[in-house]
Amino acid sequence: MSAVEEVVTEAAAVEAVPKRAMTLGTGTSLLVLAALIIMPIFVKNFIIFQMTMLLIYGLAVLALNILTGGSGQFSLGQSAFYAVGAYTTAVLMEHFDVNYALTLPIAGVVCFGFGFLFGQPALRLSGVYLALATFALATAMPQLLKLNFLEHWTGGVQGLVVTKPDAPFGLKMSQDMWLYYFSLVVVIGIYILAVNLLRSRSGRAFMAIRDNEIAASAMGVDVALYKTLAFGVSAAITGIAGSLGAIAVQFVAPDSYTITLAVSLFLGMVVGGVGWLPGSIVGAAFIIFVPNIAEGISKGLSGAVFGVLLFLVIYLVPHGARQVAILGQQLAGKLRKN
Amino acid sequence: MTQAQLAQGTSPLLAVRDVSVVFGGIVALNGVSFDMHKGQILGLIGPNGAGKTTLFNCLSRLYQPSSGDILMEGASILTRPPHRIAEIGIGRTFQNVALFPNLSVMDNVRVGAHSKTSSDIISDSLRLAWVRRSETDVNKKVHEILAYLKLEDVAHTVVSGLPFGTQKRVELARALAADPKILLLDEPAGGLNHEEVYVLGDLIRRIRDDRHMTVLLVEHHMGLVMSIADHVVALNFGKKLAEGTPAQVQVDPDVIKAYLGSKDQ
Repeated sequence: MSAVEEVVTEAAAVEAVPKRAMTLGTGTSLLVLAALIIMPIFVKNFIIFQMTMLLIYGLAVLALNILTGGSGQFSLGQSAFYAVGAYTTAVLMEHFDVNYALTLPIAGVVCFGFGFLFGQPALRLSGVYLALATFALATAMPQLLKLNFLEHWTGGVQGLVVTKPDAPFGLKMSQDMWLYYFSLVVVIGIYILAVNLLRSRSGRAFMAIRDNEIAASAMGVDVALYKTLAFGVSAAITGIAGSLGAIAVQFVAPDSYTITLAVSLFLGMVVGGVGWLPGSIVGAAFIIFVPNIAEGISKGLSGAVFGVLLFLVIYLVPHGARQVAILGQQLAGKLRKN
Repeated sequence: MTQAQLAQGTSPLLAVRDVSVVFGGIVALNGVSFDMHKGQILGLIGPNGAGKTTLFNCLSRLYQPSSGDILMEGASILTRPPHRIAEIGIGRTFQNVALFPNLSVMDNVRVGAHSKTSSDIISDSLRLAWVRRSETDVNKKVHEILAYLKLEDVAHTVVSGLPFGTQKRVELARALAADPKILLLDEPAGGLNHEEVYVLGDLIRRIRDDRHMTVLLVEHHMGLVMSIADHVVALNFGKKLAEGTPAQVQVDPDVIKAYLGSKDQ
């Protein structure tokens, strides 16, 4: 049996390479959570609003991360799911007087169905072709929302105004701050569920499909089912992000949900690190704040400056925030040893 | 050999009946039939292009035979989609190692148990009690298999960084995780050195004995097939040339001709 033993000792050296974890350690997670809870107390309402948007976009990037990082399917159509979620909430709140919190799960279910159905034809496509099909979905969505026969519900080109909810139970809190904490609870809840899902039997099936479809099928994984489920889950979470977005912005209109939004979310995923869930919030920060920074550097050429900044990030850390996190971990490990 | 002899006379575990596969105008398999009995190690041999891999892919439902049937415990497998082959007890490995490269050894083997377990995305997201119980059972099983194949040291290592020989064992572990009745091994000795091949032969025999499995071995390495197989089926140009014990097949004039060429060539 000497050959077997030899192989084992040889392989043990590989163990030193950091594992590709999907999440942060418990300590780091609690630290980030504490920062997110305390922060609003010290800043102005406008910043609180921006942080709410950060959480919302973070959630949408997380959804894309489950689809692409988890099951290996590309999507440039996330803006369509975001729009369906936003309109579901707006229509329910303004036409049917449904409580804003209740509209979230409804939007989630509607978008799950939408994503699951869209996943069926998308099954025949993969890679860049799937990206193109989802691109078509993103391009069509604003036009669909403007359709005449839907105008009574959607408000057509004008869109709908959404009422921002007050803090409940007589809490002395601004609307913005309440919505921030409300979003934080929703986002953390979904984050935990998403981590659970990716670590479970279903999550392993997603990743098996991403890595090798034929082998996954030979192990008994129903490739078609899990691919469409991944689309459904991703759409549901994106839809809930859209709902929160509609409440936060207090307005939905077809042209808020163009392909630009889908591309931004895709960008956020790449910058955050594909398949690394905590990176979603970093990616969201990039797509919200870096355009502002670029504008600060040059008003006339903000697009070009943004491009250069993006290029620098991709060039220096091609694996995004995940790579920075791994480097940080190694550095901390070294410091502890010394 | 004793187990195989005991099994003789009973109905076959797997029966290949007159299977033909035609691609366009090319006949890849032409009316091949043979039986596999419980506890057997059956070696499927033949020169390149003989149809070994085609037959193998029919068994794992990647190809649909143009005619004929394949029966597992008396029931046809040809109505099943590829992902429902694992659940009736047919496990396989791949010729050039088809692992999930970004997953750890442990997760690769856990995917192997997919067909033995059930779950849904809602219960999985909420980590309900029955999901946690099922995961504990799977983990126990996976650790047992990793220990059996001496893979515990690399359990949490991502497989893409492992040496080829180790990856082959991970693939074997993944196939074992579903407790298959039949293990289909597609050229398991490919890419291994001389010594590793003999260790592998030993391992395959041990798996058959310890875990009560039946093994179909598609292999180029004649030494390995002749030393561990109970029964050998030789193919050439999509047809069965000979069938019998290794000793019988080795001296079969047609087999010798197929491998070495006839005298007048």
